[in-house]
Amino acid sequence: MNPFTYSRPSSVGEAVNLSGAATRFIAGGTNLLDLMKENITRPEHLIDITGLPLNEVTETPEGGLMIGALVSNADLAWHPLIEERYPLLSQAILAGASPQLRNMASTGGNLLQRTRCYYFYDSTVPCNKRDPGSGCPARDGLNRIHAILGASDECVATHPSDMCVALAALEAVVHVEGRAGSRRIEFADFHRLPGDSPQRDNQLADDELITAVELPAPGFAGQGTYLKIRDRASYAFALISVAASLELDGDVIRSARLALGGVAHKPWRDKAAEHVLIGKPVSRDSFAAAADALLADAEPLEHNAFKVKLARRAIIRALSDAAVGGNAR
Amino acid sequence: MSSPTSQDFAGHAISLTLNGQARQLTVQPWTTLLDLLRDQLDLVGSKKGCDHGQCGACTVLRDGKRINSCLTLAIMCNGAELTTIEGLADGDQLHPMQQAFIKHDAFQCGYCTPGQICSAVGLANEGRANSTAEIKELMSGNLCRCGAYSNIVAAVEEALPHTPQFEKAGGSR
Repeated sequence: MNPFTYSRPSSVGEAVNLSGAATRFIAGGTNLLDLMKENITRPEHLIDITGLPLNEVTETPEGGLMIGALVSNADLAWHPLIEERYPLLSQAILAGASPQLRNMASTGGNLLQRTRCYYFYDSTVPCNKRDPGSGCPARDGLNRIHAILGASDECVATHPSDMCVALAALEAVVHVEGRAGSRRIEFADFHRLPGDSPQRDNQLADDELITAVELPAPGFAGQGTYLKIRDRASYAFALISVAASLELDGDVIRSARLALGGVAHKPWRDKAAEHVLIGKPVSRDSFAAAADALLADAEPLEHNAFKVKLARRAIIRALSDAAVGGNAR
Repeated sequence: MSSPTSQDFAGHAISLTLNGQARQLTVQPWTTLLDLLRDQLDLVGSKKGCDHGQCGACTVLRDGKRINSCLTLAIMCNGAELTTIEGLADGDQLHPMQQAFIKHDAFQCGYCTPGQICSAVGLANEGRANSTAEIKELMSGNLCRCGAYSNIVAAVEEALPHTPQFEKAGGSR
């Protein structure tokens, strides 16, 4: 780890004023310190934001919840209002990381996790995300864990978060504050596809701090199910994950939410695939049609073609579980 | 921001409670809690297995919650109440979790054991493990390369009901 200076501001305004291109905010530190130990991130100054008043979960006038950016992943997953109204989110958080990491990791930091692509983490090889313009060894290399949707010639990395897949399905809103003031970012717009600038994971500017994540009133979406497929039963990143929620009218689907993890540079929500389900009966054929729509543009690489089949089956299973109010986990 | 000066890299004073004792310490901003414990304070029970939060051998308790000390900056523990494996016993009286690990032979080489035991005490504080399956899931952040898992689970299962809940000195958590 490189030497750096440190400060601990007590207000959001002070924190934002300290920030710049060579600084990083730190809360849980579970990903940032790991990246610093590998010399992938070398900040000159760390701004410790754990003294800021962003640690509450409060109800909004619209019937949703405002989650402070510093609420830990563990506290959020086990918060009574989340367990009751958004069990989809609770399941997704508990499917990720380990209990120790969930005790440390913050809500805001979870959104800012960087990819676990092994080439990104290996500073002895090129990587367009780490060193723009240097190349992507993953595209023609060992790419079993990589993207099948929305990738580019420059980058085939995936976003690692479980929590964010649920937040995409829930249509959360990210609240940020920068020197120019505050703004709200729809969750679908927060993370980016790699395009020709994979070094940018999301839309945040250097001086912007996530202050809260807002959940809309839960409705049917919160009661969905989260299915995670990985190489071992616990404590591993997703090969494929699915957040699925269904609103039913008897045996007919009125509306649906469907988001995938492990397939793209961002949590992958496909509204067209959701639309395929509307008005259809609850059946395996309906779910398969939605899966085929979502995966129609999949472009597998040499070692991850299995993900297309796996995603199709996972979507069908998650929707089947969601239809009976099940808990796929 | 302006370039840092040598003054900026001077140590920072922090105060914390470590295994029941108030401590005043000087740390560099980049010193991890694990390095503080092992290198500065000679508390070498907590192990540096992977140094990346993947193995759990460095697990300690901060304000009663289990954390990976390798991914924690010491400077960010100012004011915290820390418990390491060295602080679990009450004099010669082992902690119930330590006793259970011995009774069930829940280790072979012992390298992961301090982290396993601290993690299991954190598990007890959380109060969320109500079945063998839940113990396994909620202990998955601690790896054991000897593969003593079945005995670890047996030890944790036995000791959970006898493990006192954490109470922060001077207040609740």
